[in-house]
Amino acid sequence: MYHFGQVDLFQRNLKLDLSCYVMALTKLLTQHKDAILQRWLNLIADTYPTEASAFLKGKDRFSNPVGYTISQEINALYEELLQGRVDSDKTAASLDNIIRIRAIQDFSPQEAVSFVFLLKKAMLEELGSEIEKEQSFREWLDFEPGIDKLASIAFDKYVECREKICELRVKEVKADKEIAVKLLNLVGGANMEHGEVME
Amino acid sequence: MSDEVAAPEELLEIDYRPPKKGWMEPTVEFKKGTYCYGAPLKHQEYLGLPNPRQWQPPDEDWQLPENWKDIILEGMDELLNKYRSFRLFMDICVRCGACADKCHFFIGSGDPKNMPVLRAELIRSVYRKHFTLPGKLFGKMGGARELTEDVLKEWFYYFYQCTECRRCSVYCPYGIDTCEITMMGRELLNLVGCNIGWIVEPASNCFRTGNHLGVPPHAFKDTLDFAVDEIEELTGIKVEASVNRKGAELLFITPSADYFASPHWYTLMGYMHSADMAKKLNAKMYAEAKRLGVKWILGGECGHMWRVVNQYMDTLNGPADYLEEPVSPITGTKFENSKSTKMVHICEFTADLMYNNKLRLDPSLNDHWRLTFHDSCNTARGMGLIEEPRYIINNVCNNFYEMPENTIKERTFCCGSGAGIGSDENLEMRLRGGLPRANAVKHVQEKHGVNLLTCICAIDRATLPTLLQYWVPGVEVSGLHELVGNALVMKGQKDRTTDMRGTPFEVEES
Repeated sequence: MYHFGQVDLFQRNLKLDLSCYVMALTKLLTQHKDAILQRWLNLIADTYPTEASAFLKGKDRFSNPVGYTISQEINALYEELLQGRVDSDKTAASLDNIIRIRAIQDFSPQEAVSFVFLLKKAMLEELGSEIEKEQSFREWLDFEPGIDKLASIAFDKYVECREKICELRVKEVKADKEIAVKLLNLVGGANMEHGEVME
Repeated sequence: MSDEVAAPEELLEIDYRPPKKGWMEPTVEFKKGTYCYGAPLKHQEYLGLPNPRQWQPPDEDWQLPENWKDIILEGMDELLNKYRSFRLFMDICVRCGACADKCHFFIGSGDPKNMPVLRAELIRSVYRKHFTLPGKLFGKMGGARELTEDVLKEWFYYFYQCTECRRCSVYCPYGIDTCEITMMGRELLNLVGCNIGWIVEPASNCFRTGNHLGVPPHAFKDTLDFAVDEIEELTGIKVEASVNRKGAELLFITPSADYFASPHWYTLMGYMHSADMAKKLNAKMYAEAKRLGVKWILGGECGHMWRVVNQYMDTLNGPADYLEEPVSPITGTKFENSKSTKMVHICEFTADLMYNNKLRLDPSLNDHWRLTFHDSCNTARGMGLIEEPRYIINNVCNNFYEMPENTIKERTFCCGSGAGIGSDENLEMRLRGGLPRANAVKHVQEKHGVNLLTCICAIDRATLPTLLQYWVPGVEVSGLHELVGNALVMKGQKDRTTDMRGTPFEVEES
């Protein structure tokens, strides 16, 4: 009996300890959510030239769609990440909304997607020594791959956007040709160069 | 270099921020997708443009004339004396920043040199250096800089990133019109042969044939006949489309993209690149009206034409005293606003017909569309044509939803493809410029299920479909009179089973 009681006690303690362990980082991240998101937003805005970054920190939906989209979507991403739902449709949609913008701006592919990693920087800067405490750090090691996963989804989205741009470009060129062909059929001519029809 | 190996901790120090550069350092990288191709040699030659040669913007050597700098500075001197507004705009800006965040290219790209104030500074700094005493004395400290080839390349890059939409000037407390600064910049570039294909080629074609594709008159006539047949097929009514009929009451002129149903429109903005070219091409409209002996001219759904007609035509080629003050032959309404130009916009004309109950309309024939209206820069901001299109929409549709107030009417966001830069090679730049417009469309799509963006400018109809496919898939683009055509109930027509696109009503309604 005594023996079993000891095991019970041990299990109960272990359970208790585990719950503390699971909560530590999540609690920290929840408590510091606003500050971390602000830092993340600032870091993303700083990937733009200095004169533009201050503007991008604004959040008016219509006069500043880039700043608004980034601030809304990083909020959603953060929530999903805390809930451990990095594979959710919501995560994919949020990443798509940000990447769709960065894919056509003046960024190289790695610059376009690396804004995801800036979350690590924002968290480490905000939480500082807190995260280095043993429990938090061990949890951090489990948590961090989630951010890496976000970055890899972001890369997928980037490629999708670039492929879409190629598709649209081909469509436009094709449409241009379609008109030319239609006109050629109408006038019954052939072998005529664009801009020199029927000369 | 190879001897210096960074320590591991140094390698880990990654700075995510772009390197700091002063705006006075002209560095431009021509990346594919973000610039327009140079004009083809044969079209430069056809129009007799200066320094004709085959060239492309990424070329290191732009093959400028030896004395290019003198040409630019002399040209600038001439423009400063010719246009008082240019000198005023060069002098008066206090850099308050009110315009800074109003440009769709800045909003979409985050590139500071797309802030209208900074874009203007690119040319203003050279003005200071060569035309003002403080600039000559204090140089860089006085905001002045030397005109170099790199500066010229920067002008080319950024002045072909402005669609001359004038949104910034709405917010400028001094009323500085950045559009005019862009026009001056482009005119100076043109003096040394730096012009783009999508302006020069259509201008050359227009000069020769009157349309941007260079299609001759009989092909145009065939296209109209084709449209007449299609209307008969859809509605059972044979309309009459007379061409070049002498003694007709009015002459109808529409953007050439319209009658070729082309998805690309790039001509009319092309007029703007040079005042002389604009005069030559624009003169064709009055000349034709005079030849045919019509009373007045009716203009189609075109943005740029409307601004040219109202702001430039009278002084370029007027007064058209051989024409009459426009009066609607159907309603008797006098279009007093067109007393001087003798040219009426088709939206004014149609709205007047509707106001006088001259059209039988069934708005339910547009029930498959949930639409929003994009105010085109030239018609809305340029010429105040704001209420007429809305009046028409409310007469022909049941599901109309406005975009947010700060994105429509005189504060409308440009499509990002006007002023000659709507070419396919420039797609990525256009996607940047189109973002603020598309963002507002996305809002009404989410809120009201909008599936159609209607507009009264040919360039919008040509370029917005592509931009919306990227930013807001599921929203199509139409002209306003397509909706009028759908809703029109005419005597003797057969039962309508499809809309003007030939799409069966039932399918779209389901």
